[in-house]
Amino acid sequence: MTTTKLLKTAGLVAVLAYASSASAQDDSQLVINGEIEMITEVATQDYIGGLKTAYSGWRFRNSDMQAMQLDDFENPAAIAVDEGLASWSKVDGSEGKSCASCHEDLEASMAGVRAVYPKWNEEAGAVMTLASQINNCRTEQMGAEAWKYDGTEMTGMEAVISLQSRGMPVNVAVDGPAHDAWLKGEEIYYTRYGQLELSCANCHEDNADNYIRADHLSQGQINGFPAFRLKTGGLVQVQNRFKGCIRDTRAETFKPGSEEFVALELYVASRGNGLSVEAPSVRP
Amino acid sequence: MADNVKPKVRVPKTASAGEVITLKTLISHPMESGQRKDGDGNLIPRSIINRFTCDFNEQNVIDVTMEPAISTNPYFEFEAIVPETGAFTFTWYDDDGSVYTEVQEITVG
Amino acid sequence: MKFTRRETMLMALGATAATMLPGRAMADVDEKVAEFTGGAEIGEGGLTLTAPEIAENGNTVPIEVSAPGAVSIMVLATGNPTPGAAVFNFGPLAGAQSASTRIRLAKTQNVMAVAKMADGSFVQVSQEVKVTIGGCGG
Repeated sequence: MTTTKLLKTAGLVAVLAYASSASAQDDSQLVINGEIEMITEVATQDYIGGLKTAYSGWRFRNSDMQAMQLDDFENPAAIAVDEGLASWSKVDGSEGKSCASCHEDLEASMAGVRAVYPKWNEEAGAVMTLASQINNCRTEQMGAEAWKYDGTEMTGMEAVISLQSRGMPVNVAVDGPAHDAWLKGEEIYYTRYGQLELSCANCHEDNADNYIRADHLSQGQINGFPAFRLKTGGLVQVQNRFKGCIRDTRAETFKPGSEEFVALELYVASRGNGLSVEAPSVRP
Repeated sequence: MADNVKPKVRVPKTASAGEVITLKTLISHPMESGQRKDGDGNLIPRSIINRFTCDFNEQNVIDVTMEPAISTNPYFEFEAIVPETGAFTFTWYDDDGSVYTEVQEITVG
Repeated sequence: MKFTRRETMLMALGATAATMLPGRAMADVDEKVAEFTGGAEIGEGGLTLTAPEIAENGNTVPIEVSAPGAVSIMVLATGNPTPGAAVFNFGPLAGAQSASTRIRLAKTQNVMAVAKMADGSFVQVSQEVKVTIGGCGG
């Protein structure tokens, strides 16, 4: 169809227009609060075919935006984190429990958790994301209603839990029982979607560090999620971001929480194995 | 009153007499500019915090008139002289008449 | 090149809009400045405005103003529909006549600061901030 062809051409031109003038991402060091040293660049594992070095999205931002992440007080996610902290110890549901009822010490019980999710859950017989695990606790342990998968309660809680792993390397398992989901995620990553017929890889592997119109394309790493987006003025859930990307290809997208997006989250997380957990990060 | 308005301030715990310290403040507020439209195309009325003040022992440090170009969740960073032990009072004034206050003590040693 | 009547009319409309809108915003800016200075002459120097050359998103643009010895500093987003951002009035316990905040910019424009000095004189400075409108809505 002519329209599709036109759109495709336009998209391609936009991607290529800046290809020659693209600046390499800088080599700044991310140290948060003057003490937590973050790994923003790491060699990828052998199973990641198309990518030799993983860079955190932070490395693709300009210095003003990078600065917002250096100090927790200047990170605009601070407010959402406070709200997440409040809901950590807030009793909800028929069992009269809060998160803190079972996981007494937030720091001790949640350290390292964000780094290994999504992960296989034997009982569920499926890969679970941090969000689905949080909702599982709510419905099964607390007798509370599940939160909206990518709503503000969820992103606030994810941020609070992620903070306990901040600085630790992402380390999701791609083998064993999670392998099927990982393979499915990899397939989705390289599948072209939408009228624009773009795959994740077209922008974030083939053209990372180039510009798509005015946007400096990153590798689409997710170690910083949930991320505070200046665009929306709030925390964005990683699968909500996937949805936005796929929608921008003018496709019908998968839903946050769907099997497809869970698989994709696992695969994309594995592309950044070794990068520090950076959530909540600040992105445009 | 806008929902869930929470102030946050960062003040050092101690200082030496006459020291100049950096203060940072953040408050959760949508700062609705009065320029946006809702889903039905109706203009969303302006609702912002229009003034912020910081005082130390009832002497003024800074008094800010705020207008719609200030971003959501207003952030300020500025410097203050600490002449003696005392308390910083931070006050935000909402268009709707609400007033939000935060007090932080500092010891001069 | 030939235009249809419809295209011509749209262009005329566009041209009118282009001349009218900035005109209105500029009038607001002039009014704000006049209100602040009381019509006094405005000089230069002694006032610094730090703002990014390019803002990746106009919603949250960090800026800093500093004018040693100033009584107050006004900040205007000259290209916004309502250009007012803030007026910082410094009290006796201000450690410096400087402040940082975050502002929103509707588009690429000049950010302007005007300072009232202790002797009643005024200085101004402005800087262009390019606001990029991302294609990746998400």
